[in-house]
Amino acid sequence: MSEFILEMRHITKEFSGVKALDDVNLKVKKGEIHALCGENGAGKSTLMNILSGVYPHGTYTGEIYYQGEACKFSDIRESEQQGIVIIHQELALSPYLSIAENVFVGNEVTGMKGVIDWTETRRRAQEVLAKVGLQGEDISQPVNSLGVGKQQLIELAKAMEKNVSLLILDEPTAALNDEESMHLLEIMLQLKKQGITCILISHKLNEISYVADSITVIRDGKSIETLEKESTEFTEDHIIKGMVGRELTNRYPKRESKIGDTVLEIKDWNVFHPEDANRKVISGVNFKVRAGEVIGFAGLMGAGRTELAMSIFGHSYGQKISGDILLHGKKVEIKTVKDAIHNKIAYVSEDRKSYGLVLIDDIKHNMSMAALKEHFARKGIINQNKEILEAEKYKKLTNIKANSIEQNVASLSGGNQQKVVLAKWIQTHPDVLILDEPTRGIDVGAKYEIYCVINDLAKQGKAIIVISSEMPEIIGTCDRAYVISEGHIAGEIQKDELTQENIMKSIISHGGKRSNGQ
Amino acid sequence: MDSKRINIKIKEYGMVIALIVIFLIFFILSGGKNATPMNINNLVMQNGYIVVLAVGMLLCVLTGNVDLGVGSTVAVTGAVSAILILDYDLPIPIAILAAILVGLAVGIFEGAFISLLGIPPFIVTLATMLIGRGLTYVALQAQTKGPLPNSYNAIGAGYLPTITIQIGGFAFDLICFLVALAATVLLILSEYKSYKRKLKYGFAVNPLWQTGIKLAVFIGIIWFFMYRLAVYRGIPIVLVIMAALIGIYHFITSKMVSGRQIYALGGNEKAARLSGINTKKVYFWVYTNMGLLCGVAGIILSARNGSATPKAGDGFEMDAIAACYIGGAATAGGIGTIIGAVVGALVMGILNNGMSLIGWSTDIQKVVKGLVLLGAVTFDLVSKRKK
Repeated sequence: MSEFILEMRHITKEFSGVKALDDVNLKVKKGEIHALCGENGAGKSTLMNILSGVYPHGTYTGEIYYQGEACKFSDIRESEQQGIVIIHQELALSPYLSIAENVFVGNEVTGMKGVIDWTETRRRAQEVLAKVGLQGEDISQPVNSLGVGKQQLIELAKAMEKNVSLLILDEPTAALNDEESMHLLEIMLQLKKQGITCILISHKLNEISYVADSITVIRDGKSIETLEKESTEFTEDHIIKGMVGRELTNRYPKRESKIGDTVLEIKDWNVFHPEDANRKVISGVNFKVRAGEVIGFAGLMGAGRTELAMSIFGHSYGQKISGDILLHGKKVEIKTVKDAIHNKIAYVSEDRKSYGLVLIDDIKHNMSMAALKEHFARKGIINQNKEILEAEKYKKLTNIKANSIEQNVASLSGGNQQKVVLAKWIQTHPDVLILDEPTRGIDVGAKYEIYCVINDLAKQGKAIIVISSEMPEIIGTCDRAYVISEGHIAGEIQKDELTQENIMKSIISHGGKRSNGQ
Repeated sequence: MDSKRINIKIKEYGMVIALIVIFLIFFILSGGKNATPMNINNLVMQNGYIVVLAVGMLLCVLTGNVDLGVGSTVAVTGAVSAILILDYDLPIPIAILAAILVGLAVGIFEGAFISLLGIPPFIVTLATMLIGRGLTYVALQAQTKGPLPNSYNAIGAGYLPTITIQIGGFAFDLICFLVALAATVLLILSEYKSYKRKLKYGFAVNPLWQTGIKLAVFIGIIWFFMYRLAVYRGIPIVLVIMAALIGIYHFITSKMVSGRQIYALGGNEKAARLSGINTKKVYFWVYTNMGLLCGVAGIILSARNGSATPKAGDGFEMDAIAACYIGGAATAGGIGTIIGAVVGALVMGILNNGMSLIGWSTDIQKVVKGLVLLGAVTFDLVSKRKK
């Protein structure tokens, strides 16, 4: 009847008086991949939660037409019965259950009276796994033995088993490396051929322009525009402009590098896996970073970058660690996080919620957490006035959007949370700052602000290491980069030769060397 | 915005209000019996050891765990001091010191298993509970050991020296009057200081009338309380011990690095570790401290009873844990205050006392206490969820 499988009209949703969505319109054509773009907090997830029935009919205003019929879902089950399945950013798998069991969780293949038919379960699991490119996986192994990339595909298989006709993917590649992301995107294109309509929420514009047929941009709870692939405005710059409401001519602020003496040097660093004493995770790594310099650790996910950083940061990862740490040319012993902080090394984790913040506590306590003993206390008694003053100072400096420094960090957006973690480590007055995926999962505007903070720190003469899976980020922010592959330094690339091609070449040639050697 | 803030403040004092309401209900039900000088005195004496234990338990709860061995440790330490005094004729100070050291040793034992070997606290303290109770029976040969000398019993049942004065035919203790006066001045001063500090940093301040009401209520409670004690026999020694411990631990948890480390660990252990906090050390000291306070409570309890019994302290761990949760502590850890735990302990104490006065059986008392615990935590969580 209509070319649109889904029409959401004039959707308005308020949370205690604040409009999260304001007259949003979304039209999705049958069989297309439709991307939903917008900064964090723009309202993308809220819109999808309304569609899938997480926010039941009646808690919002506006109409939803799905396959020509008006929909009034009161919970997720109802929307799933209609073939609308949402895969959330945080994976909803049960880690100790097998692949087959996970595929059919909540949707079990049963014989009579609710008894599970295991033979049929296994047969159908194998069948559906083949569809998502996981043929040959042992379906009885627990899902936690798989990597994140494959787990994401299990989620996809799970959705397929629910007879999906409209699939919603919320940031599906956020935790995947380039290779895994590519694989997932290919699978999406295959699903499209099978007639499944997809809504893709993503920050990664290159992925969107690769798979999407049309894009709807949402900003501050309003739908700004919908672009078709054929249109001349379907460009990254135009999309970004729509998302942030201003022209971001340069996504990476410029920096005048003033590079000084070597601050940190690592010599012949070796680390073994914490649970397997025979598995070498990092081997023979040498690198150095100088004052005022920003260096990058590029590489695929699982290459050992985080493991390298954490093992240097007070042996926070691994066992049987050997090698030398030289600070300002002098050899130092750093065996605990306390030693590391004392020696002015800071590490900002890639996972701010699990490793960076106490979510139930406020901004000021989170900010002083790492520096409490050395900078905020005398004889164990906290100088609470200083704590307040410093927190106010860094709130202003890093432009954190919050009512006050007494606000809980759980209620902040991802970008603001990241700024709190950054401020927490700046307060320890480090000489060396290791930033692990400093802009993961945060929006374009907040990213820019974080790059500005990085530049500012470099200007102050701090030595900075940026670990990132996004190659443009490494290229845009770093003076020099090390490419890490399978626990080795695969190459060192100077600023003028820092391109995506060179990084990839370095990874591939290293991998080739390794497999030839074996 | 504003109404939200006021709500938060009301919630903060919700339990204090509940405390007053419960007291008033029993005042009516018992025909005023629960406000007599003797009963106010009893309230302090009966709840002293629970307050002491709740203070220590709060630290365990802040880490997201509990200590189930508390009741047994209280029994063990009480038994040790009674045996040393009665069977070995050792001087009282030595017996007290020994009891505290035994409590400390139990704490170190628990702390070592929890922090060095990484055994879950629930298991370690459950084991302590069984071992401690068994050892108490063995040491006391399953019999009550008493009577303990009066000079020992004074710790649990004695009073500070009094200076009685007469005003208009009333005889009362000058010391109580001075303490109440000092407490009033301190309260007003600290409120004024925090008010000024908030203004200085541009934080939200509560309207003056609210602060006024709050101060008036607290000061009213203090004067009522001290007046009742003054016309009875003065300030119980237990109250001095309680007040000192509450003061010390309130300071540690709110103003010291070591306190903040417990909150950080309870809020997010991994983040705490990556922020340079030695989480093993924190666990060790939290449980060692709990053992130490069990020693103090064991002495107070045996002194109040004038004897040590193998069943002493039975179920105290549950009272202390309940006090923390009623006082607003979170089961997942990271949230809770010393003052909250003390208020929680007092709520339980006033309930117990009031129900005894109106002649309800201990069976019914348990039912009521259970319902109050469930109700308080449900109210807390549901009201949080609404926000």
